[in-house]
Amino acid sequence: MGSISFSHVDKIFGPQGSGVKALDNINLDIADREFVAIVGPSGCGKTTCLRMVAGFEAASAGEVKVNGKTVTAPGPDRAVVFQQFALFPWKTVRENIDLGLRNKNLPLAERDGLISSALKLMSLESHADAFPHQLSGGMQQRVAIARAYVLDPEVLLMDEPFGALDAQTRVVMQEELVRLARRNPRTVLFITHAVEEAVYLADRVAIMTRRPGRIKEVLDIRSIREAEGWDRHPKIEDVMDLESFVHLRTHIWKTLREEKDFQHV
Amino acid sequence: MNGQALPLKESMLLGLLSLLLFLGLWTVLTVSGIVPRQFLPTPLEVASRFFQLLTSPFAGATLPTHLAASFKRYAYGVLLAAAVGVPLGLLMGWFRLLDDIVTPIFDGLRFIAPIAWVPFAALWFGTGIGGPIMIIFAGAFPPCLINAYRGARFVEPRLIEAAKMLGTNDTRMIMEVLLPAAVPSIIAGLRVSAGLGWQSLVGAELIVAAAGVGFMMVQAQGSVQTATVMTGMIAIGIVGMIIDVLLRQGEGWLRRRRGLEA
Repeated sequence: MGSISFSHVDKIFGPQGSGVKALDNINLDIADREFVAIVGPSGCGKTTCLRMVAGFEAASAGEVKVNGKTVTAPGPDRAVVFQQFALFPWKTVRENIDLGLRNKNLPLAERDGLISSALKLMSLESHADAFPHQLSGGMQQRVAIARAYVLDPEVLLMDEPFGALDAQTRVVMQEELVRLARRNPRTVLFITHAVEEAVYLADRVAIMTRRPGRIKEVLDIRSIREAEGWDRHPKIEDVMDLESFVHLRTHIWKTLREEKDFQHV
Repeated sequence: MNGQALPLKESMLLGLLSLLLFLGLWTVLTVSGIVPRQFLPTPLEVASRFFQLLTSPFAGATLPTHLAASFKRYAYGVLLAAAVGVPLGLLMGWFRLLDDIVTPIFDGLRFIAPIAWVPFAALWFGTGIGGPIMIIFAGAFPPCLINAYRGARFVEPRLIEAAKMLGTNDTRMIMEVLLPAAVPSIIAGLRVSAGLGWQSLVGAELIVAAAGVGFMMVQAQGSVQTATVMTGMIAIGIVGMIIDVLLRQGEGWLRRRRGLEA
């Protein structure tokens, strides 16, 4: 079980009264095992939304709940994958993945089993004893995803996880994430500014406005994906060529563009 | 720094040149009588005294024995400073309350020169091993604490968030995140501590009644043996340099191992 709900959430940075309003009345309900992406221009507060679910930031007004419980602090039920990976440089791949399991006080044999399957899932077997700095960016992000997945979290929070990767690696990771999500469905809140990525990965896409961030529109992608049979195409470029995909992408682009133009009036 | 780094050979040559220039000036000043001999011995006198003291005792011991006695006090003082300063610094870096309690007192105390503690060190811990250790401790402690604290305080926030979301408790956070993240800063602090501790040595040994380079120098001063005093100064300088070089090597090795430098 892993539902997320934002109800009437405001976020003000800086002193109360004179601070900057980053989020304005955010309302969003994410169902169990639903994959929701938030897209929006830089600085619109989409990452702040994720950080509030993670428990890194508190809402200034309204409530952020996970499984009906108000979020108060970070915890392993809400695993986070950061844009800059945030791996511990002094720990090996295995040790990075192990930390969360040790925190759960699991016995060694069980941890070993879980780590092995997480390494296998992310094709990291041959790098188990490497240190993060010895790996490429793509590999480092695999470790970060393995570290999050191994905890079997109720919700997975991904903050522009592929934003720091080169274009080729990015595509590979997107395809892998789709495979992962189909095989092992999970509630995912995914933050990105890449429109294609959001449409390709998510069940629903929420489009945010510029600061103060509001949710302008929520698009149902899943019904279109299923109706048009996107999953029959294993390669992302084939999906991106489909008329239904192009249509959605263009719609989101236009919506975001209106924002930009509005900003400049 | 301005200018390009010179090749190793050339920079060593320059170092040698400056040393020779220094010794030459010293020789001219003393041999010519511009500076009276009782105020400043000649380099040759100091050198011969240095080699003489390697084997024949002064103030009850040879120079190596004095150095060994000093080094023992020094090692205890610096190790104690590290053993208290580093953990305390890390704890202050994590627990805000402790930071707020300790910092105001510490900020005042750290400006008191180690030598100012001499009377109380003698009074509280005696002139045997305890008093001198406390003075060396006073010199070596602040950098240990400050650097461990800064290292822990300025860990990349993402890493702390990552550890928190993985359910890491306080103990593990300090031992497995703050401590390893702070290691470069701690090592740099230990290097400064090692230097300041060694500098505090003469002060510390003003009050000892047995062996030690500082003790040797105080005795020599009493009988106006400037060459012996100078020998003690040079010995302190050389040992200090050796300590620093060794710690630098250790720091470099550690940084390479951590992949911070190629």
